[in-house]
Amino acid sequence: MNNFTPVSAFSGGILIGLAATLLLLCNGRIAGISGIMSGLIKVERAELFWRLAFLAGIVIGAFLFQQLKPGFYQPRENFPIGLLAFGGFLVGFGTRMGNGCTSGHAVCGIARLSVRSIVATVVFMVSGFVTVYIVRHVFGVL
Amino acid sequence: MKLIGLALLSGILFGIGLALSQMTNPGKVLNFLDIAGNWDPSLIFVMLGALAVTFIFFRVILKRPAPLFDSKFYLSTKKDIDKPLIIGATIFGAGWGISGYCPGPSIAGLGLGNFEAVIMVVFIYLGFIAHRFIMNKTA
Repeated sequence: MNNFTPVSAFSGGILIGLAATLLLLCNGRIAGISGIMSGLIKVERAELFWRLAFLAGIVIGAFLFQQLKPGFYQPRENFPIGLLAFGGFLVGFGTRMGNGCTSGHAVCGIARLSVRSIVATVVFMVSGFVTVYIVRHVFGVL
Repeated sequence: MKLIGLALLSGILFGIGLALSQMTNPGKVLNFLDIAGNWDPSLIFVMLGALAVTFIFFRVILKRPAPLFDSKFYLSTKKDIDKPLIIGATIFGAGWGISGYCPGPSIAGLGLGNFEAVIMVVFIYLGFIAHRFIMNKTA
Protein backbone atom coordinates (compact mmCIF):
# COMPACT_ATOMS: atom_id res chain seq x y z
CA MET A 1 0.00 0.00 0.00
CA ASN A 2 1.51 3.33 -1.02
CA ASN A 3 0.58 7.01 -0.62
CA PHE A 4 -2.51 6.32 1.50
CA THR A 5 -4.39 9.65 1.82
CA PRO A 6 -7.75 8.94 3.46
CA VAL A 7 -8.15 12.37 5.09
CA SER A 8 -7.74 14.53 1.97
CA ALA A 9 -9.81 12.00 0.01
CA PHE A 10 -12.63 12.09 2.56
CA SER A 11 -12.49 15.91 2.82
CA GLY A 12 -12.57 16.28 -0.96
CA GLY A 13 -15.49 13.86 -1.02
CA ILE A 14 -17.39 16.00 1.48
CA LEU A 15 -16.91 19.04 -0.78
CA ILE A 16 -18.20 17.03 -3.75
CA GLY A 17 -21.21 15.96 -1.67
CA LEU A 18 -21.90 19.55 -0.64
CA ALA A 19 -21.67 20.68 -4.28
CA ALA A 20 -24.21 18.03 -5.30
CA THR A 21 -26.44 19.00 -2.36
CA LEU A 22 -26.36 22.68 -3.32
CA LEU A 23 -27.28 21.92 -6.94
CA LEU A 24 -30.21 19.72 -5.90
CA LEU A 25 -31.51 22.03 -3.16
CA CYS A 26 -31.37 25.23 -5.22
CA ASN A 27 -31.66 24.14 -8.85
CA GLY A 28 -33.35 20.74 -8.49
CA ARG A 29 -30.66 19.21 -10.74
CA ILE A 30 -28.49 16.11 -10.29
CA ALA A 31 -24.74 16.81 -10.40
CA GLY A 32 -23.96 14.12 -12.95
CA ILE A 33 -20.96 15.36 -14.89
CA SER A 34 -21.28 13.13 -17.96
CA GLY A 35 -24.94 14.11 -18.35
CA ILE A 36 -24.15 17.80 -17.92
CA MET A 37 -21.27 17.57 -20.42
CA SER A 38 -23.31 15.76 -23.06
CA GLY A 39 -26.16 18.21 -22.43
CA LEU A 40 -24.03 20.90 -24.05
CA ILE A 41 -24.40 19.25 -27.46
CA LYS A 42 -28.17 18.89 -27.18
CA VAL A 43 -30.65 21.41 -28.49
CA GLU A 44 -31.85 22.57 -25.07
CA ARG A 45 -31.22 26.31 -25.00
CA ALA A 46 -32.85 26.81 -21.58
CA GLU A 47 -30.53 24.25 -19.98
CA LEU A 48 -27.38 25.40 -21.73
CA PHE A 49 -26.25 28.22 -19.45
CA TRP A 50 -26.42 26.55 -16.04
CA ARG A 51 -24.59 23.56 -17.52
CA LEU A 52 -21.86 25.79 -18.90
CA ALA A 53 -21.64 27.65 -15.57
CA PHE A 54 -21.34 24.40 -13.61
CA LEU A 55 -18.58 23.03 -15.85
CA ALA A 56 -16.78 26.40 -15.83
CA GLY A 57 -17.03 26.28 -12.03
CA ILE A 58 -15.24 22.92 -11.94
CA VAL A 59 -12.41 24.36 -14.06
CA ILE A 60 -12.24 27.47 -11.82
CA GLY A 61 -12.34 25.38 -8.61
CA ALA A 62 -9.45 23.20 -9.76
CA PHE A 63 -7.55 26.30 -10.91
CA LEU A 64 -8.03 27.98 -7.49
CA PHE A 65 -6.81 24.84 -5.76
CA GLN A 66 -3.72 24.86 -7.96
CA GLN A 67 -3.02 28.49 -6.97
CA LEU A 68 -3.42 27.70 -3.26
CA LYS A 69 -1.32 24.53 -3.37
CA PRO A 70 1.21 24.99 -6.17
CA GLY A 71 3.23 21.86 -6.80
CA PHE A 72 0.53 19.53 -5.44
CA TYR A 73 0.03 18.21 -8.96
CA GLN A 74 2.81 16.85 -11.10
CA PRO A 75 1.41 15.96 -14.51
CA ARG A 76 1.73 12.30 -15.49
CA GLU A 77 4.52 11.88 -17.99
CA ASN A 78 4.98 9.60 -20.97
CA PHE A 79 1.50 8.06 -20.87
CA PRO A 80 0.74 6.86 -24.42
CA ILE A 81 -1.58 9.40 -26.07
CA GLY A 82 -3.32 6.74 -28.16
CA LEU A 83 -4.24 4.78 -25.04
CA LEU A 84 -5.51 7.95 -23.35
CA ALA A 85 -7.62 8.86 -26.40
CA PHE A 86 -9.06 5.35 -26.60
CA GLY A 87 -9.89 5.48 -22.87
CA GLY A 88 -11.53 8.88 -23.29
CA PHE A 89 -13.67 7.61 -26.15
CA LEU A 90 -14.87 4.64 -24.07
CA VAL A 91 -15.65 6.96 -21.13
CA GLY A 92 -17.79 9.16 -23.38
CA PHE A 93 -19.57 6.30 -25.14
CA GLY A 94 -20.07 4.21 -21.99
CA THR A 95 -21.41 7.02 -19.81
CA ARG A 96 -24.05 7.89 -22.42
CA MET A 97 -25.06 4.29 -22.93
CA GLY A 98 -25.19 3.69 -19.16
CA ASN A 99 -26.76 7.09 -18.35
CA GLY A 100 -24.13 8.28 -15.93
CA CYS A 101 -20.68 8.17 -14.41
CA THR A 102 -18.98 8.29 -11.03
CA SER A 103 -20.81 11.47 -9.97
CA GLY A 104 -24.32 10.81 -11.25
CA HIS A 105 -24.51 7.12 -10.33
CA ALA A 106 -22.05 6.64 -7.44
CA VAL A 107 -22.60 9.91 -5.55
CA CYS A 108 -26.12 11.10 -6.42
CA GLY A 109 -27.87 7.89 -7.49
CA ILE A 110 -26.75 5.78 -4.54
CA ALA A 111 -27.83 8.59 -2.18
CA ARG A 112 -31.34 8.19 -3.63
CA LEU A 113 -31.01 4.40 -3.29
CA SER A 114 -31.60 4.06 -7.02
CA VAL A 115 -31.16 0.39 -7.87
CA ARG A 116 -29.98 1.32 -11.38
CA SER A 117 -27.23 3.49 -9.92
CA ILE A 118 -26.14 0.88 -7.39
CA VAL A 119 -25.90 -1.74 -10.16
CA ALA A 120 -24.09 0.67 -12.52
CA THR A 121 -21.57 1.60 -9.80
CA VAL A 122 -20.77 -2.03 -8.98
CA VAL A 123 -20.42 -2.82 -12.70
CA PHE A 124 -18.11 0.08 -13.60
CA MET A 125 -15.96 -0.49 -10.52
CA VAL A 126 -15.53 -4.19 -11.32
CA SER A 127 -14.90 -3.32 -14.97
CA GLY A 128 -12.25 -0.80 -13.84
CA PHE A 129 -10.55 -3.40 -11.60
CA VAL A 130 -10.53 -5.99 -14.39
CA THR A 131 -9.30 -3.48 -16.98
CA VAL A 132 -6.39 -2.32 -14.81
CA TYR A 133 -5.54 -5.93 -14.06
CA ILE A 134 -5.40 -6.74 -17.77
CA VAL A 135 -3.52 -3.59 -18.78
CA ARG A 136 -0.96 -3.72 -15.96
CA HIS A 137 -0.55 -7.38 -15.12
CA VAL A 138 -1.38 -9.22 -18.34
CA PHE A 139 0.03 -6.80 -20.93
CA GLY A 140 2.47 -5.20 -18.50
CA VAL A 141 1.77 -1.63 -19.64
CA LEU A 142 2.67 1.00 -17.00
CA MET B 1 -29.57 34.29 -13.35
CA LYS B 2 -29.74 32.86 -9.82
CA LEU B 3 -29.70 29.33 -11.25
CA ILE B 4 -26.58 30.11 -13.25
CA GLY B 5 -24.77 31.68 -10.27
CA LEU B 6 -25.60 28.72 -8.03
CA ALA B 7 -24.53 26.22 -10.70
CA LEU B 8 -21.22 28.11 -10.92
CA LEU B 9 -20.79 27.99 -7.12
CA SER B 10 -21.64 24.28 -7.02
CA GLY B 11 -19.14 23.66 -9.83
CA ILE B 12 -16.39 25.53 -7.95
CA LEU B 13 -16.95 23.42 -4.81
CA PHE B 14 -16.98 20.30 -6.97
CA GLY B 15 -13.73 21.27 -8.69
CA ILE B 16 -11.94 22.00 -5.41
CA GLY B 17 -13.22 18.67 -4.04
CA LEU B 18 -11.95 16.74 -7.05
CA ALA B 19 -8.51 18.36 -6.84
CA LEU B 20 -8.17 18.01 -3.05
CA SER B 21 -9.25 14.36 -3.10
CA GLN B 22 -6.79 13.60 -5.96
CA MET B 23 -9.47 12.15 -8.22
CA THR B 24 -7.66 14.38 -10.76
CA ASN B 25 -4.46 12.35 -10.34
CA PRO B 26 -4.76 9.54 -12.93
CA GLY B 27 -1.84 7.61 -11.45
CA LYS B 28 -3.61 7.52 -8.10
CA VAL B 29 -6.86 6.44 -9.76
CA LEU B 30 -5.08 3.56 -11.48
CA ASN B 31 -3.42 2.55 -8.19
CA PHE B 32 -6.90 2.57 -6.63
CA LEU B 33 -8.20 0.26 -9.35
CA ASP B 34 -5.12 -1.99 -9.13
CA ILE B 35 -6.26 -4.34 -6.37
CA ALA B 36 -3.84 -7.04 -7.53
CA GLY B 37 -0.86 -4.69 -7.42
CA ASN B 38 0.36 -2.04 -4.98
CA TRP B 39 -3.21 -1.15 -3.99
CA ASP B 40 -3.96 2.40 -2.77
CA PRO B 41 -7.52 2.35 -1.35
CA SER B 42 -7.62 6.12 -0.64
CA LEU B 43 -10.16 7.01 -3.29
CA ILE B 44 -12.90 4.89 -1.75
CA PHE B 45 -12.92 7.62 0.92
CA VAL B 46 -13.94 10.17 -1.72
CA MET B 47 -17.12 8.24 -2.37
CA LEU B 48 -17.69 7.71 1.37
CA GLY B 49 -17.21 11.43 2.09
CA ALA B 50 -19.52 12.48 -0.72
CA LEU B 51 -22.17 9.90 0.19
CA ALA B 52 -22.01 10.85 3.89
CA VAL B 53 -23.30 14.27 2.80
CA THR B 54 -25.65 13.38 -0.05
CA PHE B 55 -27.19 10.39 1.72
CA ILE B 56 -28.48 12.62 4.51
CA PHE B 57 -29.24 15.86 2.67
CA PHE B 58 -30.84 14.37 -0.47
CA ARG B 59 -33.34 12.64 1.81
CA VAL B 60 -34.30 15.91 3.48
CA ILE B 61 -34.31 17.95 0.26
CA LEU B 62 -36.45 15.49 -1.71
CA LYS B 63 -39.19 15.72 0.91
CA ARG B 64 -39.76 19.29 -0.32
CA PRO B 65 -42.33 19.81 -3.08
CA ALA B 66 -39.76 21.69 -5.18
CA PRO B 67 -36.19 23.06 -5.07
CA LEU B 68 -35.60 26.63 -3.86
CA PHE B 69 -35.27 28.32 -7.24
CA ASP B 70 -37.05 26.10 -9.75
CA SER B 71 -40.51 24.60 -10.06
CA LYS B 72 -39.56 20.92 -9.85
CA PHE B 73 -36.81 18.36 -9.28
CA TYR B 74 -35.24 16.95 -12.44
CA LEU B 75 -34.68 13.29 -11.57
CA SER B 76 -34.30 10.17 -13.67
CA THR B 77 -37.45 8.08 -13.55
CA LYS B 78 -35.92 4.98 -15.12
CA LYS B 79 -36.19 1.89 -12.97
CA ASP B 80 -35.29 -1.17 -15.03
CA ILE B 81 -31.89 -2.80 -15.04
CA ASP B 82 -31.51 -3.11 -18.80
CA LYS B 83 -28.74 -4.15 -21.16
CA PRO B 84 -27.60 -0.61 -22.07
CA LEU B 85 -27.07 0.17 -18.36
CA ILE B 86 -24.86 -2.89 -17.84
CA ILE B 87 -22.96 -2.68 -21.13
CA GLY B 88 -22.56 1.11 -20.82
CA ALA B 89 -21.21 0.88 -17.26
CA THR B 90 -18.83 -1.88 -18.37
CA ILE B 91 -17.51 0.26 -21.25
CA PHE B 92 -17.19 3.29 -18.98
CA GLY B 93 -15.28 1.26 -16.38
CA ALA B 94 -12.91 0.02 -19.08
CA GLY B 95 -12.25 3.58 -20.29
CA TRP B 96 -11.71 4.72 -16.69
CA GLY B 97 -9.29 1.86 -16.05
CA ILE B 98 -7.36 2.54 -19.26
CA SER B 99 -7.05 6.32 -18.89
CA GLY B 100 -7.31 6.94 -15.14
CA TYR B 101 -9.90 9.67 -15.75
CA CYS B 102 -13.65 9.79 -15.27
CA PRO B 103 -15.59 12.80 -16.65
CA GLY B 104 -15.36 15.20 -13.65
CA PRO B 105 -11.58 15.01 -13.28
CA SER B 106 -11.20 15.41 -17.06
CA ILE B 107 -12.95 18.79 -16.79
CA ALA B 108 -11.11 19.73 -13.56
CA GLY B 109 -7.80 18.82 -15.23
CA LEU B 110 -8.36 21.73 -17.64
CA GLY B 111 -8.12 24.06 -14.63
CA LEU B 112 -4.93 22.34 -13.48
CA GLY B 113 -3.35 23.09 -16.85
CA ASN B 114 -3.09 19.39 -17.57
CA PHE B 115 -2.62 18.55 -21.26
CA GLU B 116 -3.99 15.01 -20.81
CA ALA B 117 -7.31 16.55 -19.75
CA VAL B 118 -7.64 18.26 -23.14
CA ILE B 119 -7.26 14.90 -24.92
CA MET B 120 -9.75 13.31 -22.51
CA VAL B 121 -12.41 15.99 -23.01
CA VAL B 122 -12.08 15.87 -26.80
CA PHE B 123 -12.37 12.07 -26.93
CA ILE B 124 -15.18 11.95 -24.35
CA TYR B 125 -17.16 14.23 -26.69
CA LEU B 126 -16.30 12.01 -29.67
CA GLY B 127 -17.66 9.10 -27.61
CA PHE B 128 -20.88 11.04 -26.91
CA ILE B 129 -21.29 11.81 -30.61
CA ALA B 130 -20.55 8.20 -31.65
CA HIS B 131 -23.17 6.96 -29.18
CA ARG B 132 -25.78 9.38 -30.50
CA PHE B 133 -24.95 8.43 -34.10
CA ILE B 134 -25.45 4.73 -33.38
CA MET B 135 -28.67 5.37 -31.43
CA ASN B 136 -30.08 7.41 -34.32
CA LYS B 137 -29.20 4.67 -36.80
CA THR B 138 -30.80 1.87 -34.80
CA ALA B 139 -33.85 3.89 -33.67
